[in-house]
Amino acid sequence: MQKRLANWGNFPAVDSDENAFTQEDELRKYVVANTHMIARGNGRCYGDASLGKHSISMLKYDKMLSFDTANGIMDVQAGVTLDQILDIIVPKGWFLPVTPGTKYITVGGAVASDVHGKNHHVDGAFSGHIIDMDVLTASGETICCSATQHEDLFWATCGGMGLTGVITRVKFGLKKIATAYIRQTQLKAKNLEEVIRLFDEYKHYTYSMAWIDCLQKGDSFGRSILIVGEHATPEELNAAQQKAPLTLPAKRKLTLPFNLPSFVLNTFTVKAFNWLYYGKNYKKVMHKVIPYEPFFYPLDAILHWNRGYGKAGFVQYQFVVSLEQKDGLVAILQRISDKGWGSFLAVLKVFGKQDSLISFPMEGYTLALDFPIRKGLFEFLDELDEIVLQYGGRLYLSKDARMKQKIFWNSYPNAGRFAEIVKQYNNNARFESLQSERLSLTK
Amino acid sequence: MSTLLILGAGSDMAVAIARKFASEKYDIQLAGRNTAALIPQQQDLQVRFGVKATTHMFDAAHFASHTAFYAGLPVPPDITVCVFGYLGDQEKAQQNWQEAATIINSNYTGAVSILNIVAESYEARKQGTIVGISSVAGERGRQSNYIYGSAKAGFTAYLSGLRNRLFRSGVHVMSVQPGFVNTRMTQHLTLPPLLTAQPEAVATAVFKAVNRKKNVLYVKWHWRYIMLIIKLIPEGIFKKLSL
Repeated sequence: MQKRLANWGNFPAVDSDENAFTQEDELRKYVVANTHMIARGNGRCYGDASLGKHSISMLKYDKMLSFDTANGIMDVQAGVTLDQILDIIVPKGWFLPVTPGTKYITVGGAVASDVHGKNHHVDGAFSGHIIDMDVLTASGETICCSATQHEDLFWATCGGMGLTGVITRVKFGLKKIATAYIRQTQLKAKNLEEVIRLFDEYKHYTYSMAWIDCLQKGDSFGRSILIVGEHATPEELNAAQQKAPLTLPAKRKLTLPFNLPSFVLNTFTVKAFNWLYYGKNYKKVMHKVIPYEPFFYPLDAILHWNRGYGKAGFVQYQFVVSLEQKDGLVAILQRISDKGWGSFLAVLKVFGKQDSLISFPMEGYTLALDFPIRKGLFEFLDELDEIVLQYGGRLYLSKDARMKQKIFWNSYPNAGRFAEIVKQYNNNARFESLQSERLSLTK
Repeated sequence: MSTLLILGAGSDMAVAIARKFASEKYDIQLAGRNTAALIPQQQDLQVRFGVKATTHMFDAAHFASHTAFYAGLPVPPDITVCVFGYLGDQEKAQQNWQEAATIINSNYTGAVSILNIVAESYEARKQGTIVGISSVAGERGRQSNYIYGSAKAGFTAYLSGLRNRLFRSGVHVMSVQPGFVNTRMTQHLTLPPLLTAQPEAVATAVFKAVNRKKNVLYVKWHWRYIMLIIKLIPEGIFKKLSL
């Protein structure tokens, strides 16, 4: 049916004809009969990647097909969300091999965005854990692909934003855990130099990321809190936790029921939030054992936090530059800091090496932050894009809602090869999103 | 362990009901026309809830097969939920008997045929619960969907009579009037959000109501009053309305 659809940034919002499927033959019939269609999961990418004239909702394509509890292998239909998987696997002593900062995404979305987590420098992105998957291509053929069969389709589908076809099934490996808890260490860093040094010093930790206060200037420029963690062992838990080490205490969720006016997030509140967050950290180094949920998904505790940015919505800006181009990180952060338009949510992370065709991660520094939509924002972001490009970096397509075509084509070294493979499986560009049109990915 | 039989297992509402009962540790028998299509659902119930799930070929319109179908179940189910139904195309059904017959058989005749058999078995065992998913459309015929509505009206009346008959045997019969539900059956319709339930909400309501032995369940309470008002409109006025 015709619906108004938007993704997590609430920008852009478009009218789309959305259809849901539970059976592969129905889906196939639809795919071979339509054009301008794009598969869609839980709408947690930020921009326009899963918006199109026709949307194929995969949320009801959500059956878990098998779970090998001995070897930690999960085989699911692509519409299953990570939170549903966690509910099943954690009590059996398994965890997601890679998880982004929200568990409310589908497995299909995780593949299409080739999501990364706090463990990228150790475990790589989601694609590295896929055993095999099925992709329903434009011809109506379902192709099982992996790193060793139909490799071209496999690599163009991981991070390929749904342009090779509809991901229908994914089989992937899990990570063994002994408890549902994380042994976390928080470290204060007084500026960017220090946090970068700390990242290096703590790189043997499986999980690491930093909250960065991007509005500070002078000596405090880039002051941050580095958060590192490991899955806790049973011995590290307290007596109460040890009784059921794989079970989390029940808790309630808050929901933002409506859009807040966007002035709520002006420079003042941004600063106040940063201070609050900072003040909690009264010691230089703090250790604690916490449930996995607040460690991996702090914002999931507030459902619909995106409404805090008001009706106009927001853009999340995430880029990566290589380790050698630290100056690029400094230059961009400087521009963001000077402008004062950025959000309280600025996340810094060091990626490890990754060889892939079109996925976002590459070895280097990645920074992500929100910008509420306002007059002049896109012009400003265009300027930032130029700096990212100048330093050999690139932007994350799952966050993107506005990048210019030439920025994409000049920043992703395999863009041409990717487009060739897409053309091969997506004849006549029948899978097409607003993003792929804007960036001319299916031409 | 208790077992639930779900007739018409492939629909969104059936998926949600099966999951709800499986989460409460019921074994699930999934019955539908296309058993191959039910296999992912069977696997899903086993993976998510660790219960036993089986698939069974069942065609509501093939009345002659119903006795053998029920006798062939691995164990007699403690609860039978009749979910199958077909909205159809009202205008087409007015001219095309095939479409009209499909609507009537899917929503009424087929249900009577199989539930007669289930009822006999439950009455003899002096236990069991039958849940029929009917529709508010059956409460008054309207020009926009009276073929579907009249079949559901028949089904509602059937369930009411069955409840009356089986009460003395300790068998419970519950009629469910879901109102609008956000499913693939209705995905081409624009539904008012306040009056529209999610399939998961229907499933939770059905589970609770079964435990409380409710007779008639309106999933969204508004519907009881909306239909009351609609039923109170005098026929002389009603026939002039375009509903």
